[in-house]
Amino acid sequence: MTRSKKAGWVPAGPYTLWAALFILVPLVFVAYYAFTDNSFAFTFDNITRFFTATSVVEGRTVHTYMLIFWRSLKLAVISTVLCLLLGYPLAYAMARAEEKTQKFMMILIMIPMWMNFLIRTYAWMTILQDTGILNSFLSALGLRKVHIIGTEGAVVIGMVYDYLPYMVLPIYSIMAKMDDKLLEAARDLGCNGFGVLRRVIFPLSMPGVLSGITMVLIPSVSTFYISQKLGSGKFFLIGDAIEGQYVANNLHFAAAMAFILMVILMVVMALVKKVTANSVYGGDAL
Amino acid sequence: MKTVSKIYTALIFLFLFAPIAILLVFSFNEAKSLSVFTGFSLKWYRELFHDDATLQSVRNTILLAVTSMVISTIMGTAASVGIYKMREKWLRAALNTATDIPMTNPDIITGISLMLMFVFVGRLFGLANSLSFWTMLIAHVTFCLPYVILQVLPRLRQMDVSLPEAAQDLGCTPLRAFFKVTIPEIMPGILTGAIMAFTMSLDDFVISYFTSGAGFQTLPIRIYNMTKKTVTPKMYALATIIFFVILALLIISNLTDDSDKTKAK
Repeated sequence: MTRSKKAGWVPAGPYTLWAALFILVPLVFVAYYAFTDNSFAFTFDNITRFFTATSVVEGRTVHTYMLIFWRSLKLAVISTVLCLLLGYPLAYAMARAEEKTQKFMMILIMIPMWMNFLIRTYAWMTILQDTGILNSFLSALGLRKVHIIGTEGAVVIGMVYDYLPYMVLPIYSIMAKMDDKLLEAARDLGCNGFGVLRRVIFPLSMPGVLSGITMVLIPSVSTFYISQKLGSGKFFLIGDAIEGQYVANNLHFAAAMAFILMVILMVVMALVKKVTANSVYGGDAL
Repeated sequence: MKTVSKIYTALIFLFLFAPIAILLVFSFNEAKSLSVFTGFSLKWYRELFHDDATLQSVRNTILLAVTSMVISTIMGTAASVGIYKMREKWLRAALNTATDIPMTNPDIITGISLMLMFVFVGRLFGLANSLSFWTMLIAHVTFCLPYVILQVLPRLRQMDVSLPEAAQDLGCTPLRAFFKVTIPEIMPGILTGAIMAFTMSLDDFVISYFTSGAGFQTLPIRIYNMTKKTVTPKMYALATIIFFVILALLIISNLTDDSDKTKAK
């Protein structure tokens, strides 16, 4: 190993090969399967099927997969917003706490994260069931029972529960590194508590918010287990649709849906990045 | 304000831990019910320890996690060194983009894409079922590698370049300088990367689901198959054990972290 110009090639070689073979080539296969039929002849059918296939739901004709797609996006956006609203104050409270308490709270946040998400989701299913612990609790208090399981609300609860730590941690790690002098300076210059939050802390925490949004939105838009368990299989999300086609061995249509999802997510994430970047460098923050 | 934030924090943690607490309590329930506690019993734990399929899946999970951790840590550390030394900007940018793909793509797409390739290549060789331990290992190494690289590369960039140069001036060969100086400098990054790779592999369900064959079942896949039917409290016993293992690991890693800091002082 001499200090030649190509010094990086030797150690990076295996990874370069690996990334090409197992990251890039598989994505090419997604596109290849998406645009071919069962005999691998070129076709647009899988893509058009996604946009045009119809079915009858409650007497109305609907676009099956478009409906599934919009529902996935809607529930994922609701869950992401809820995670942000619930998680941001928590991250803030954690960052302001004493160092010992911070460590303890970190452990508390990470335990549910490390528990398998299938188990966590299943636990919610047993809680929210009509005969579950929530309803026995409510009737013990003399209150009316609620029917949650099998509704979109139950799926949102599951998503918020599963992904909340992924929102809290990135925001917290940015806030914990924030220079206290900046906050003091803002106060000295006449900002009140809310002003400091809006004009200093919030813009500075934007990178954490962005990665939090990414880490919640992407798994919740593509999940297929949460909707099966908490939605009682009554309505499909895009992840369920892909998984269903995989189980049915319809690989070409599964690939087409994966391809469309991938393209749409790229656009959505580019938009999210743009919006958050604007709020950091935009006029209001300055 | 202080009390408000304390109450808020407590409520969020209640939300996060209530389901886990319920699993813990009802794993000791005598009856099968998850809403009525009829009496203390260890019978679900006994049943769990006689469930050979679950025990085998635990062994499989650990085997897979250790193997993927070792491979991805070695390859990822080497890759970081390579990317760090690389002069060609375009190649460095290309590798960084490739590293980002498994991190930003949904798991379901990573899983489907690898599965399509394995099935296609398997068919070329005339295999009816190409998914096995090996395809899963490839998949796990692939999604673990970015975690290692993203931990090691920043450490290399923070390192003082004059350190390995000084070693070489003092007579070390470049290779010896690398192992004697660079590796110890970036060791914390390597260790964190290895731990992250291990836990990611241990916990993965979605990518494993698409790339696993019938012969090799990991614990998450076993749990998935268990929850397809009505679950016996055996699974809550399993969840309880997992909870205490995680708790112990987190406490140990935090304690060792503390003693490192006191030593450094």
